[in-house]
Amino acid sequence: MEKRVTFKGWLLPMCLLMPQIIITAVFFFYPAGQAIYQSLFIPDPFGLSMRWVGLGNFEYLLGDPYYRASFVTTAVFSLLVTVTSMGFALYLAVLADRLIKGSGVYRTLLIWPYAVAPAVAGVLWLFMFNTRVGVVSWYLGLLGYDWNHVLNEAEAMGLVVVASSWGRVSYNFLFFLAGLQAIPKSVIEAAAIDGARFWTRFRTIVFPLLSPTTFFLLVVNIVYAFFETFGVIHTITSGGPQQATTILVYKVFSDGFVSQDLGSSAAQSVILLVIVGALTIVQFKFIERRVHY
Amino acid sequence: MKIRTLLGAFASTIALSSNAYAATEIQWWHAFTGRLGELLAEQIEEFNASQSDFVVVGSHKGNYSETLNAGIAAFRAGEQPQILMVFEVGTATMMAAKGAIKPVYEVMAEGGAPFDPDAYMGAVKGYYTTTDGDMLSLPYNSSTPVLYVNRDAFTAAGLDPDMDLSTWQNVGEALDGLKAGGEDCPLVTAWQSWVHLENLSAWHDVPFASKENGFAGLDTELMMNGPVQVAHIEAMGQWAKDGKFIYTGRRNEGGANFRAGECALFTESSAGYAGVKAEAKFDFDIRTLPYWEGAGNAPQNTIIGGSSLWVMAGHDAEEYKGVSQFLSFLSSSDVQAKWHQNTGYLPITTEAAEQTKAEGFYDANPGTEIAGMQMTGKAPTGNSKGLRLGSFDQIRGIIDEELEAVWAGDKDAKTALDSAKERGDALLRRFEQANR
Amino acid sequence: MARIPDEGMVEKRGIGHYFTHVGLIIGVLVIFFPIWLAFVASTVTQSDIISPPMPLWPGDQFLTNYSKALTSGINAPVALMLMNSLIMAMGIALGKILISLLSAFAIVYFKFPGRRLFFWLIFLTLMLPVEVRIVPTYEVVAGFGMLNSYSGLIFPLIASATATFLFRQFFMTVPDELAEAARVDGARPMRFFWDILLPMSRTNIAALFVILFIYGWNQYLWPLLITTDPSMNTIVMGIKQMFPSGDDYADWPVIMATSILAMLPPVIVVVSMQRLFIRGLVDSEK
Repeated sequence: MEKRVTFKGWLLPMCLLMPQIIITAVFFFYPAGQAIYQSLFIPDPFGLSMRWVGLGNFEYLLGDPYYRASFVTTAVFSLLVTVTSMGFALYLAVLADRLIKGSGVYRTLLIWPYAVAPAVAGVLWLFMFNTRVGVVSWYLGLLGYDWNHVLNEAEAMGLVVVASSWGRVSYNFLFFLAGLQAIPKSVIEAAAIDGARFWTRFRTIVFPLLSPTTFFLLVVNIVYAFFETFGVIHTITSGGPQQATTILVYKVFSDGFVSQDLGSSAAQSVILLVIVGALTIVQFKFIERRVHY
Repeated sequence: MKIRTLLGAFASTIALSSNAYAATEIQWWHAFTGRLGELLAEQIEEFNASQSDFVVVGSHKGNYSETLNAGIAAFRAGEQPQILMVFEVGTATMMAAKGAIKPVYEVMAEGGAPFDPDAYMGAVKGYYTTTDGDMLSLPYNSSTPVLYVNRDAFTAAGLDPDMDLSTWQNVGEALDGLKAGGEDCPLVTAWQSWVHLENLSAWHDVPFASKENGFAGLDTELMMNGPVQVAHIEAMGQWAKDGKFIYTGRRNEGGANFRAGECALFTESSAGYAGVKAEAKFDFDIRTLPYWEGAGNAPQNTIIGGSSLWVMAGHDAEEYKGVSQFLSFLSSSDVQAKWHQNTGYLPITTEAAEQTKAEGFYDANPGTEIAGMQMTGKAPTGNSKGLRLGSFDQIRGIIDEELEAVWAGDKDAKTALDSAKERGDALLRRFEQANR
Repeated sequence: MARIPDEGMVEKRGIGHYFTHVGLIIGVLVIFFPIWLAFVASTVTQSDIISPPMPLWPGDQFLTNYSKALTSGINAPVALMLMNSLIMAMGIALGKILISLLSAFAIVYFKFPGRRLFFWLIFLTLMLPVEVRIVPTYEVVAGFGMLNSYSGLIFPLIASATATFLFRQFFMTVPDELAEAARVDGARPMRFFWDILLPMSRTNIAALFVILFIYGWNQYLWPLLITTDPSMNTIVMGIKQMFPSGDDYADWPVIMATSILAMLPPVIVVVSMQRLFIRGLVDSEK
């Protein structure tokens, strides 16, 4: 895809590109280069000296069982967030799709949590499950269940998953509903006439037809869980207990800014860089993100 | 690298010119909000009103960790304050940053303000003094852990609130009785690593780390997986399992439970006194931190927690003069006595302690003298001077994680502490590498 | 998205119809519950909250809590934090749109050496989210003396490959005849940009603005790193700072009032501009 008609000159387009290029160079490429460079050193926190360690930071990280565990944590967390938010969204979208009228009303009622920042969502859920004042934890206590996400790894993971999925339901709902509404009703009707029950119809016809949407959402949600849930983790668990909720992005932050271990943080940046690169390629290869060049 | 140097130079030019504009402004970055923040603001106001050459400006920069990080980050950007509040855990980090700080003894000598290192309480200043006796930072708020007792809860459970709780053996019996008497929360704690490992070690005169807990060199290794510590954590783990010790979090979350009257015993900083006094609607008293009868040399002395004020490098002589006057003001007996009485923090000078005593404060507020006695009862040994470990904030995080594993029943005490030592040592080696 | 209600609906009105509504209403309630609770908490007193269970119906402290939050807050007045958030969100949204429009225009309508290179450079930024390069980016911003400043909050976040691609995509669909006509008329490129391209892109710009405003408003990690001065805190990151670190208790009513205030502006934007929002969302993810 190329424009047939173009304007002449190179100075003007250069000037037009400059703001973006400068910002990109100064705030993206230079720091990324610095991350790679710094990953080969152990600097002291105050920036007074740097000690060359070669690949020592990487050795240290990969030898740290907690860093390796953080990959698993990230994978489990992302998967749970994706499944939870997509599952709930699909349930709501299927219901809304059954309505002749009024799906718009429900859409309005369901989309706005998208606008709530993950960090704010974290505070809301923390408040509900706070071990001392939380309403939900109090009623759970009444039922004989002693909720303590400060100590219990599974509960902590559950809480950050639910808090991260909550606002995400809106987003997934919107795309699922659009996907469902794009399925020709005649197809489903034909099956209905054949006597197929709802669940059979859904399983054999609707869900396969929905698979492009599902796959798209799968990738987008995983990317979301990887990078944008930092606020939830930071507000609710700070990565604990026993680093059970320390996802990779949280660790790069806590090593760099809480622990002032800049060498380790830079090395983690480099590792993350590779992961994001891979994710981006997947995103572009398998989802038609229409970029042709 | 070049770009950064250039940018740095550019930034510091701006910083310098703005400093020149308000030459006598002294920035103090601190971590206090709420009641403590108000008291701190009062001190600043009083100093500013007392003279006209300098203006101290306090800025709250978040919690202890955040304040330290803000200070470090600002130093890198060339915008560091003159005075930075650093919690005791950050002491080794600051000490190692020779080019970033200006030792307090130097500031005082050059600034000419009255300064007598001997006036400060040994147990307090020891934490912030080199082995040669030079004071590097000025102790600001220092406290030590004590045991708070909810007397009403003891009575309700059918126990004598005056029973002897000086040893953990006795506390164990009390916990049995409290549990049997229907108490849901017999024991909570704040700052678990500080109280139940760091102070436990000092109190029993056993090492927390080699090389005099790090005072004698960067090549120190953790030793808090020794028999005394393991036995204590094992007992605590058992209590947690039996529902006698309730874990509420890494900081002092448990304070809310205790102040609300929900818990019977609470191990917490002596500085928690003001809060308990203000909120508790029950009869309480304060006891010394318990020790294990027959273990180590207990009772030795406990160590402090809290913060000290570090003077940052890179400012001009006039500003340091102002800093020295302000630090001298903060050390004065009136300021210290008031601070001690209002907060429960220890006075940093012996004179302030005596003044408080003379004013009859201890008689009117029984229990407030416990902390001071606990710290000064015996001359500190190599195991009870304090701790000076690099990356100690992180190490505490590791200890917290491992202790949580014990409370949750996932690990036994020995495994958890061994693992904490191993992980902590890795950080100590990294710190040694970065600061060699 | 709009769909003509066809006669051949599979589920006819009846029992199933009510179950559908019940199912949806349950879903809506589940989604609403956390917000409701936060709102209730923002209208009661601290003592209502710290002796659980807290009430589930609003109290009478609405004005007290909100005015306390707005005017004094805990570290900084929330009104100030709202202002900071607004400036940051507007700056990010408008900045992204502006530089993306310009660069998309250059890439689509000009042929010049290095065009492919620049395109790929912009593309690569997709692989460098701020989370991946936090420490060095922080150092750059610190080096410029932009800590605790609006420019520090805004500039590192306004380069966006997504917005550039979106506009590029849209410009591709603009009929060539328009540019041809402009060229024949002797109009200069910028004239064409202002008079023809920009007006045609209005809806795209508006849709993207909604998405980017929310993106900017909800930033957390970056403001957390570079604003150490409470008066520069944005509201989303400021909430966490309101939790005490030491011997104090959390002032839940004020914190919850702040949470409500923090979500209000983006929620209003989403609900009131729903159509643009959905369009922007679909466009920007494609």
